[in-house]
Order: sequence, then C-alpha cells, then structure tokens
Amino acid sequence: MTQHVAQPTATTPVVPTRLPVRAIAPWAAFAGVLMLILLYFVGAEQGATSVFSGTGVHEWVHDARHLLGFPCH
Amino acid sequence: MLAGLGAGVFALLVAFFLGEPGVEDAIAFEEAGAHEHGAELVSRTAQSTGGLATGVLAFGVAFGGIAALVCCFALGRAGRFAPRTTALLVSGAALLCVYLVPFLKYPANPPAVGDPGTIGKRTALYFLMMLLGVVLAVAAVLCGRRLVPRLGTWYATVAAGAFFVLAVGLACAFLPAVDEVPEGFPADLLWRFRVAALAIQLTFWTAFGLLFGEAAQRLLSPGARGAPGDPSPAVR
Repeated sequence: MTQHVAQPTATTPVVPTRLPVRAIAPWAAFAGVLMLILLYFVGAEQGATSVFSGTGVHEWVHDARHLLGFPCH
Repeated sequence: MLAGLGAGVFALLVAFFLGEPGVEDAIAFEEAGAHEHGAELVSRTAQSTGGLATGVLAFGVAFGGIAALVCCFALGRAGRFAPRTTALLVSGAALLCVYLVPFLKYPANPPAVGDPGTIGKRTALYFLMMLLGVVLAVAAVLCGRRLVPRLGTWYATVAAGAFFVLAVGLACAFLPAVDEVPEGFPADLLWRFRVAALAIQLTFWTAFGLLFGEAAQRLLSPGARGAPGDPSPAVR
C-alpha cells in the first residue's frame, strides 16, 4: 500500500492518494439527495407522479425528457 | 457539478441540432393523427429552446455532481490510474450503467410513441433498469476484486464483465417488454431519434470525463496549490 504515496517522475504519472470515505460521506449524502431530486424533476415529475398539480413542469422540460431517454407520455 | 454543466452545454448543442429535427417530425406525425392536445401551455419554440436547455443542463448538473462524487471515491481505489484516467473510466462506466443498460431494454421514444395510460409503469421500469445497471455494476466490481487473488487481475476482470453482461441479459429477458409504437410511425424517424438520443449521452459523458478529469488532474498534480489536502496517505 506504500505505492499510494505519489512519486511522480517523467514516466509515472501522479497516482492519487485515496480520499477517506469519512471525508466524502457528508458531501455524498447532501449532494446525492439534491441531485436525485433534480433528476426526478427532469425525468419524472408530472408524468408518472406529481408533486405539483398541473403540467407546467412536464411541458417545460418536455423535449429534454424525450431526448434524454426518459419515458414522457 | 460544474464539469457536468459544461458537459451539459455540449450535450445541449448535440440535442438541439441532432435531436430536435426528430422531435419536430414526430410531433408533425402526432398532429397528423388528429390527436387533440388542447391549448398549448408552453409553446413549441419555448420547449425546444429554453425548456430543452433547462432539462439538459439540470440533467448535466445532477449526473455531473453524482459522478464527481463517485470519481472522488474511485480515485486511488480503482487501480493505479491518474485522476484524469479515473474520471474517464468512471464516466464510461456511468454511461454504461445509467444509460446503455436501460436503453437496451427501454430505448428513448420520440413524441407520439407511447401510450399515456402506461406512463407510470414505463417510468418505474425505466428507473428500475437504471438502478439495476448501477447495482449490478457495483456487484460486478466487488466480485471482481474478490476474485483477483485467485484468478489474477485479467481473468477476474473478465469474470466480472461476464457476470455483468449475464445479469443484465437476464434482467432484459424477464422484465416486461414495452411495444407502443403506433401504426404507421416512420421506422426511419424512430431510428434517427434513438441514435440522436444516444449521441447526446455519448457526448455528455465523454465531455464530462474529459472536463472533470482535466480539472481533477490540475488540482491534484504535485505543485498545484491546495493539492490533496489530505496529509494521511498511508491510511488504508
């Protein structure tokens, strides 16, 4: 495991150290949830399920939803 | 996330120039079928520009953010790869898991294809397929790592790959099929739409891998200011 200490020379590129899981976890939890919600709004809101009533969100991202491969209607 | 946004810009260009003609043609077909839509809530122009941009860029930020987190985790754990190599590998894997796997079974459909009555089922199946892609890939990687001491890196990788392909194949075989292309819908248009959809994803993930990799490489290169910031390289 000693090779994780990066020793860059002309031939060996940087081999990065491992970021400890404990440092990543809070970011992962926070950003992960946020990103999934964002994804839900692009991919599924007002199609299969609705948080807001109406079809405004659906209509607005309509083309993106089709082209990104999500089922639309 | 910023790399995702940047990649989203590239994907948007592809979407607009390659994808939109297909959408327009499909809508022309839909309307020729005298399918009454009622008053338009959002005009077609708005949908094909601002709406498309919102959707694609939000998608870029979302997947960019998640993929960036995965990259942080994979860095140094995925083997002796430089940051930019890791980034490109992660984005390739992401393309495979969250797009190609669902695409195999439930490919992108243009407007006019698909029965509104089954949208709930189709959405659930699509997200299930995405989830399966990710779960199976993680399982394959874990199994592969377990096998390395017994089979060596090469055969362990081959075995893990075979497991992944087999598992995805089984999922495709047993999940219900969706076949809702209306009668008379031009096959060529469907093909063009799907190829365009594929091109968008390919562009997005390639651009993300390269942009994020470049940024990570610069940040983590020795001599760069504020590099790793982790003084405990020997831990694990």
